[in-house]
Amino acid sequence: MMILPSVAWQSLLSRKNTAILTFLSLTVSIVVLLSIEHIRLQAKESFNRTISGVDLIVGAPSGPLNLLLYSIFRMGSPANNINYTSFTTLEKRQLVDWAIPISLGDSHQGFRVIGTNNNYFTHYRYGKKQSLKFEHGGEFSSLFNVVIGADVARNLNYNLGDKVVIAHGIGNTSFTKHAQAPFVVSGILATTGTPVDKSVHVSLGAIEAIHLPPSSLKALIKDPEAIPPTPKSITAIMLKLKSKLSTFGLQREINNDQTDRLMAVLPGVAMAELWSLMATGENVLRIIAVLVLISSLFGLTTMLLASMNERQTEIAVLRMLGASPVTLLLLVLLEAIILVSLAIMMSIVVLTLALYSLEAWLAAEFGLFLSGDIFTMELMRLIFMIFIATLVVPLLPGISAYKQALHIQLSST
Amino acid sequence: MSTLAINLQDIHYRHKDTPANYAGLSIEQWKVGITERVFLYGNSGSGKTTLLNLLCGILIPTSGSVNLFDNNISTLSNSQRDLFRAKNIGVVSQKFNLIPYLSVLKNIQLAAYFAKNSRPDVNNDVKTLLNVLQLPNNIIHRQVNQLSVGQQQRVAIARALINHPRLLLVDEPTSALDASAKNAFMDLLMQICDNTKMTLIFVSHDTALSHHFDSSLDITTLSRTLSKTEENIA
Repeated sequence: MMILPSVAWQSLLSRKNTAILTFLSLTVSIVVLLSIEHIRLQAKESFNRTISGVDLIVGAPSGPLNLLLYSIFRMGSPANNINYTSFTTLEKRQLVDWAIPISLGDSHQGFRVIGTNNNYFTHYRYGKKQSLKFEHGGEFSSLFNVVIGADVARNLNYNLGDKVVIAHGIGNTSFTKHAQAPFVVSGILATTGTPVDKSVHVSLGAIEAIHLPPSSLKALIKDPEAIPPTPKSITAIMLKLKSKLSTFGLQREINNDQTDRLMAVLPGVAMAELWSLMATGENVLRIIAVLVLISSLFGLTTMLLASMNERQTEIAVLRMLGASPVTLLLLVLLEAIILVSLAIMMSIVVLTLALYSLEAWLAAEFGLFLSGDIFTMELMRLIFMIFIATLVVPLLPGISAYKQALHIQLSST
Repeated sequence: MSTLAINLQDIHYRHKDTPANYAGLSIEQWKVGITERVFLYGNSGSGKTTLLNLLCGILIPTSGSVNLFDNNISTLSNSQRDLFRAKNIGVVSQKFNLIPYLSVLKNIQLAAYFAKNSRPDVNNDVKTLLNVLQLPNNIIHRQVNQLSVGQQQRVAIARALINHPRLLLVDEPTSALDASAKNAFMDLLMQICDNTKMTLIFVSHDTALSHHFDSSLDITTLSRTLSKTEENIA
């Protein structure tokens, strides 16, 4: 019989104001808790999917984390450059399967420009060893070709064959724009959900060319068949080895290189460093979220307890009708369950809407590629735990109702 | 099968927290036959309310036995007693009446629910009862706090009758009604008792109503309140 839930529901309606406030406070706290947990899980996922199948990242000596952040996630600025010859030497090593050079430092309308070669499009892997795919066009075929990520194409509304100006520096507005160098979009990559989407790829030669004196550059533009300048330095190298077993040996060798100052890091190790760095902040956020939830559960209890006084008459009536004390406890629990279930549903709706509307902004501002789908195992488990907590907390007013019920009697006063 | 609806034997009751206005109640013997209608009167503090609570099993006597229709309800378990009350006793009282935020129908359905009255035509019974009680059918989904006092009183009777109780306890039902409403209410109550062969215990301080009943009884002659003991304790 559905009469008890409907009585609980009517009882809540009769105390609409307090019930709505309690519902809102529960909703806010559940949204906070769920979004923190979701962002935490998704951030990890989003970082983890960015790079796949790279055994070593080589760059100028700084910290492993720093190297990882600027070379892969395009965050922050590179500390120093390394010699281009180090790349050519490494690429020729027997141990090395493939090597991708990366040269950073320029930007285009706020998107980072990556100087690289066609190895990038053939070998770079993300997510579950997925390779890059071209939505339109293809890789570099001449010096001033540009391959842009999906977000770049979408935001700047670029199509194949469009002319593009690449600026020096990484700011949005740059003083020394290399206006003389008209690049042509030769390829647009499919969406990956990684920083690749926000990158503008040019060849290493082109990077070198735009930094030439204006006269030499003009000559080069007029005669595209001319031999492009060889790069002197690059920012980092991604290496894939033929056998993972040689990783540590090669890493030691690179770190001790006498001809250039180099540092090689394992992406996994650097990633672990990143997690341990983030763990503290994560835990603080989680604790705050849990405290917020606990406080609104107390709010729920307060509301129910306060209502117990005004409901003495009601409890007496129910007793008289033959309701057992346990039934009264159940009624109070039902009220809590109704409020919390509504709050959970509401927070799922709010969170889903928020994620879908903020998706683009989060990706652009923080490089976070969040999924709008919050029905993951972890979140379901969390929701279940919230639910259990709300079953325990209202026991206090419930037991108060129970005790009142035991002692209450009909009285004509 | 005896013909007794109520049979109290050597009842002593003392509240353990000893409320100020009544320390206890002591009844040697009280018998009420089936279909009998009893008018109980007495000053406040004479133990009327305690007696009603004992009769419907919300209070348990400290000693002695409360027999209703040959069931010693003092020996039943709590849940059995709650169910017995729900099934056999209808209560109409002035104060503790209806749940204000529920509709007329819900209030009555609740009574049926607690009595485990699962007859499918409970809703029809409600309509019939409302007709008998001269309540318009369209109030069935109204919240009871939107009804007049007189209407609420009749809804309370409908609720008390939904499970076809054998004993109806009525506590000061008329104090909120004016003279003509009071008479209409009494006539209606008597008519229902005629039709249903219920036993009726009617508690009021308004002795002018006593002519409706088979017998009337001053509660002080029935019981001996233990006010002296109370003073000793205090």
